[in-house]
Amino acid sequence: MILTKAQYDEIAQCLVSVPPTRQSLRKLKQRFPSQSQATLLSIFSQEYQKHIKRTHAKHHTSEAIESYYQRYLNGVGRNGAAPVLLDLANEVDYAPSLMARIILERFLQEHEETPPSKSVINSMLRDPSQIPDGVLANQVYQCIVNDCCYGPLVDCIKHAIGHEHEVLLRDLLLEKSLSFLDEDQLRAKGYDKTPDFILQVPVAVEGHIIHWIESKASFGDECSHHAYLHDQFWSYWNSSLGRHSCRILTSSPSATRDRSTNN
Amino acid sequence: MAAVLESLLREEVSVAAAVRWIARSAQSSEVTAPTRPQAWPESAFRDDPGEAAALSSLRPLRKEFVPFLLNFLREQSSRVLPQGPPTPAKAPGSSAALPGRPGGPPRGGRGARSQLFPPTEPSSTAAAEAPSARRGGRRRGPGPGRERGGRGSGGLEEGVSGESSPWAGGRRPRGSGSPGSPSLARSDPPNLSNLEEFPPVGSVPPGPAGRTKPSRRINPTPVSEERSLSKPKTCFTSPPINCVPSSQSSVPDTSPWGHGLPPGCRSLQEEREMLRKERSKQLQQSPTPACPTSESGSPLPSRTGNLTAEPADPARVSSRQRLELIALIYSSCIAENLVPNLFLELFFVLQLLTARRMVATKESDLEPIPGALDSLESPLFQSVHDCVFFAVQVLEHQFQVLSYLDKGTLKLLAENERLLCFSPALQGRLRAAYEGSVAKVSLAMPPSAQAVSFQPETDNRANFSSDRAFHTFKKQRDVFFEVLREWEDRHEEPGWDFEKGLGSRIRAMMGQLSAACSHSHFVRLFQKQLLQMCQSPSGTGGTVLGEAPDVLSMLGADKLGRLRRLQERLVAPQSSGGPCPPPTFPGCQGFFRDFILSASSFQFNQHLMDSLSLKIRELNSLALPQPEPSDEDGESDVDWQGERRQFAMVLLSLRLLAKFLGFVAFLPYRGPEPPPTRELQDSILALRSQVPPALDVRALLQQGLRARRAVLTVPWLVEFLSLADHIVPLLDYYRSIFTLLLHLHRSLVLSKESEGEMCFLNKLLLLAVLGWLFQIPTVPEDLFFLEEGQLDTFEVDTVTSEQGLDGMPVVDQHLLYTCCPYIGELRKLLASWVSGSSGRSGGFVRKITPTTTTGLGAQPPRTTQGLQAQLAQAFFHNQPPSLRRTVEFVAERIGSNCVKHIKFCQKKSPGAVRALLPEETPAAVLSSAENIAVGLATEKACAWLSANITALIRREVKAAVSRTLRAQGPEPAARGERRGCSRACEHHAPLPSHLISEIKDVLALAVGPRDPEEGVSPEHLEQLLGQLGQTLRCRQFLCPPAEQHLAKCSVELASLLVADQIPVLGPPVQHRLERGQARRLLHMLLSLWKDDFQVPVPLQLLLSPRNLGLLADTRPREWDLLLFLLRELVEKGLMGRTEIEACLGSLHDAQWPKDFSEELATLFNPLLAEPHMPEPQLRACELVQTNRGTVLAQS
Repeated sequence: MILTKAQYDEIAQCLVSVPPTRQSLRKLKQRFPSQSQATLLSIFSQEYQKHIKRTHAKHHTSEAIESYYQRYLNGVGRNGAAPVLLDLANEVDYAPSLMARIILERFLQEHEETPPSKSVINSMLRDPSQIPDGVLANQVYQCIVNDCCYGPLVDCIKHAIGHEHEVLLRDLLLEKSLSFLDEDQLRAKGYDKTPDFILQVPVAVEGHIIHWIESKASFGDECSHHAYLHDQFWSYWNSSLGRHSCRILTSSPSATRDRSTNN
Repeated sequence: MAAVLESLLREEVSVAAAVRWIARSAQSSEVTAPTRPQAWPESAFRDDPGEAAALSSLRPLRKEFVPFLLNFLREQSSRVLPQGPPTPAKAPGSSAALPGRPGGPPRGGRGARSQLFPPTEPSSTAAAEAPSARRGGRRRGPGPGRERGGRGSGGLEEGVSGESSPWAGGRRPRGSGSPGSPSLARSDPPNLSNLEEFPPVGSVPPGPAGRTKPSRRINPTPVSEERSLSKPKTCFTSPPINCVPSSQSSVPDTSPWGHGLPPGCRSLQEEREMLRKERSKQLQQSPTPACPTSESGSPLPSRTGNLTAEPADPARVSSRQRLELIALIYSSCIAENLVPNLFLELFFVLQLLTARRMVATKESDLEPIPGALDSLESPLFQSVHDCVFFAVQVLEHQFQVLSYLDKGTLKLLAENERLLCFSPALQGRLRAAYEGSVAKVSLAMPPSAQAVSFQPETDNRANFSSDRAFHTFKKQRDVFFEVLREWEDRHEEPGWDFEKGLGSRIRAMMGQLSAACSHSHFVRLFQKQLLQMCQSPSGTGGTVLGEAPDVLSMLGADKLGRLRRLQERLVAPQSSGGPCPPPTFPGCQGFFRDFILSASSFQFNQHLMDSLSLKIRELNSLALPQPEPSDEDGESDVDWQGERRQFAMVLLSLRLLAKFLGFVAFLPYRGPEPPPTRELQDSILALRSQVPPALDVRALLQQGLRARRAVLTVPWLVEFLSLADHIVPLLDYYRSIFTLLLHLHRSLVLSKESEGEMCFLNKLLLLAVLGWLFQIPTVPEDLFFLEEGQLDTFEVDTVTSEQGLDGMPVVDQHLLYTCCPYIGELRKLLASWVSGSSGRSGGFVRKITPTTTTGLGAQPPRTTQGLQAQLAQAFFHNQPPSLRRTVEFVAERIGSNCVKHIKFCQKKSPGAVRALLPEETPAAVLSSAENIAVGLATEKACAWLSANITALIRREVKAAVSRTLRAQGPEPAARGERRGCSRACEHHAPLPSHLISEIKDVLALAVGPRDPEEGVSPEHLEQLLGQLGQTLRCRQFLCPPAEQHLAKCSVELASLLVADQIPVLGPPVQHRLERGQARRLLHMLLSLWKDDFQVPVPLQLLLSPRNLGLLADTRPREWDLLLFLLRELVEKGLMGRTEIEACLGSLHDAQWPKDFSEELATLFNPLLAEPHMPEPQLRACELVQTNRGTVLAQS
């Protein structure tokens, strides 16, 4: 489904300083009922990531961390069952999962002898049961399941979407009887940077020659096109593939196949 | 010298004898008498003892004759072709040209129009009148080769700056800037914008004297109002005022064009209107524009920059005989290759042909001085008529060379009205040559280039010592291309500087190339990219990696030809720096040069030289496949086209590589100036002579000459040598190379056409590149006029039995013009004459009407054909080059075979016809029948071929492709199996990402916070679990991480169910799941865990403190669901008792409310103690039934 620039702009406009929660997404869906949840979520996620990139630093000053931690301690001291961490994140306009990470890191610094390694923290975020403090574990878990833009679950969803699109794409290529090499085959050949598929015989689509296809499975706003171009596509171009390419940046095309479910 | 010329003029000596005399001086005596131009009478070849006597006395001066003649002609023409500032009163030295004063006082006064060649220094004492003062008092080395002459710095500047032409240089002044101390010479600006100097016959100067006419015929468009007011417009009616020399600007403005037209005050429309009127007026006045004879005798006094040229009239030539003689001897010198640069002379002659007017002189000068006709006292060219006459005479002798020029030049020559006027015969021959010519040469450079593609065999990990090296190379490649792109985008911006913009980035990148291995990798990339980008002629492709769509191809095929021509006119460089431009790095070559300079890495340069040398050797010795010797007349041109294309590709690659090799190899020695003193020079020579050459080019040259492959070797060698520094030609090694080249040059007499002789265009190419080389600033100017003895040593024992490349027509005009773009200057010169005299050439010049394309930004609507070609191009790009070569080879062979078969038609049909017809058929009827049969057969064969071959091939290819596909591609079904789907699966299950997202929502809802009205329906939960089952069974889209998360989420969901934490939608009182529903859901989960998940399910999470803690918070605590779940787990073998025990054990560490711990202990002890606790029968049935019902409902 093609989204016009105006529609996109309207959606993006709605997302200015909106917390990345389930509730926000629900409101968005009500506002734009014609768009699929996947599309909205993808745009939401990208807009929010841009926002976080801009503001990330200010949440990581030692003063900020200290103040957040104190507020957390005070909050759970009053009522451990209340969504202290989630509220804090929303209040200071930061992603709940990222806030959880800050607090967890700070907590572990206080309670462990050695500073926690990144992998330990990641593991605890994936499975909060490992967090030694029960209250904190619940708080962290709450943040993670409520965050629709960051966190291990969201990462997993994105990864899954990427994988699914690759499969869809492969099936389409097979269906059209196009000869191609996929990433694994390319790696086996020793290519260093590889797109998802290289067409062994290039094709033309609407007057453009396509050499290779990289599916990004995310909404293709200008910003992400530019970023991908810089980080990946130039490398493909440099290394292997001529300049003709196809990048697929969309929201889930399979959205139409899913039953829409509204809670 | 002048004496010789005088005796010629007095007819004491015949021209033939004189030429023989000169040639002998130049060449060893074993060389046969010069072949004469066709026009020469037979009698001219008699040897007259008197002549011999007259000449023998002048023997020591022989080799000075040609330079003398050339300088004489240049000097004589200075009034017609004033370059730069008007020729001032000549220095006394100029009288050197006059007889009786040989040598004369020192020449070289500043400002004098310089000589093309300073008189050579005779080695014998017979030339004692040549004082060193003549060369500006410079100390000379022994021998003629040591003479540095009056030249200042070389043209190659040490410029790292990203300026467009830091190499722009040219001949330094001869005889002008030379005198005095080195410091004086050095104080001269190194750049050669000084057009008064070389080439004296040089390019169209931006200066005065009627030669300033914008030769582009593009409608000028004023850019903006402000601009048009602030600056005088320089459209083609208004000459650039600031260039007009004072002596000429004082001439009253009486020109019809400039009449009352203060520049910049009129609009273009007005100017155009006036032009139109003036033109019509002129046309009325002179109805025969081809040969206008002006009423007024004297040249029109007119402002410079004016369009009009003085008409030339054959009837008003002043001293025909003298001019004819000199033209003859000059032509003979050209024909014998006694002049260093053939095309320079042609250019000069064309300048004379297109001379606009004589610089006004005293009236008396215009009248021939009686009695001085046969001497040199009177000027040779007394009027434009004389110039044109002389030029046409020379052109007549040079017709053969002219006929090999490109079609465009021939057209301009054939349409030149002066030429028609002075020699209708020559014009007729030129017209015929033009009509027969197929040598269309575009002066525009075709753009091309792509990035070097990844080559697994050299670029993959296995070729690197470590992962790190591999990774570093990857990064370097990215930086390299980033730099390249940036250069491409920005190098034309004013003020952008390569070094400033990219230098530090390049050096940082080079700094990472620590290992020798990575250097060689990078060098390979660099070299490949160089070849790919610059192989196209001069490498001046417009956009290299450009994003901009090709506007022309967007317009479709129709009109493409016209638009291409328009593009050519717009894009082709107006002047590439005259007929003898210094070596430059045009277009993308500039990038590679600047990259080398900015990188300034010794290791890189060394590796690059190694790599370039290797590649040069490889290409130079490439056995270019020779077409089969043809048994039939004029073997199909198909074969030769292929040969030529391949030859051109190899040659152009070699030239490019050799140029860069020369650049890098001589880079450390390059300086702006030759060493100032003899001592310094000697010490440098001593040092340099022990340095081995980067590549043994002498051996390669000798090999090339021996194998008759000079046409391949010499052009690249010239490129290599053109970048040498000043010392190089003085080194013994390189001197011997130059000697070889000189001899080769002399031997390439174009008129010789015999068996085993080099092809004409091959010769022409070699003459052009060698001639150019002899004019390079770093090559000593007197090197060409070496002592005769030196050339005798030349011996090449060619393997005559073998037919080398030299004898094959491998060079065509296109290659010639590609290698020597300066030959195009001839055409530009002629074209500028036409545009300048457009008023009288009857609408010869057509106006260009600008065409705009609509919607450039829109998607390019391309033609299918173009797209197909692009696709093929793209296809080959990613395939190994051998594939392309194979395909092209096959296509060519098949094509030529087909043509041959059609020729059979010719052989067999007559025989068949004869056999079939009755014997008494008359011969005439028979031959007609045969001819018709041949014609029909050919026609039929062609029709069949065109109809069937493509279809046949298509069918063949299709079959082959599908075979390959079948062989290569794994079966789709097998692929499905690999992913774990059943054969029947149609992959309609929900996507894993969607399920994770859905379950996450439920978890979030359960954990809260939530709005009061939020909740899930039990049906939704069941549906979700049903979908999960489908997804787990389809597996088409499932990847392990997703499955792991699904497993974990499902356990979390079970925990929430057990703790009754899921808010249920329904009547406000309810808000909790019924027990039965909960059990049903748990049962579904159990079955998923048991049967469908293929990753380990983290069931121990059910008993994690956090999840059990959920239960601790509920009042009253409901344990039955947990117990139910645990029992089921044990029963289904999903968890062992010991495992559960371990989990419970770890729970003791947690801090629970005391009563919770106690409850926990009491409840779990029996579970763990009893080996088996049967489920109540009734419940189990109930569960199974509902479960089935759910499944049915779903399906």
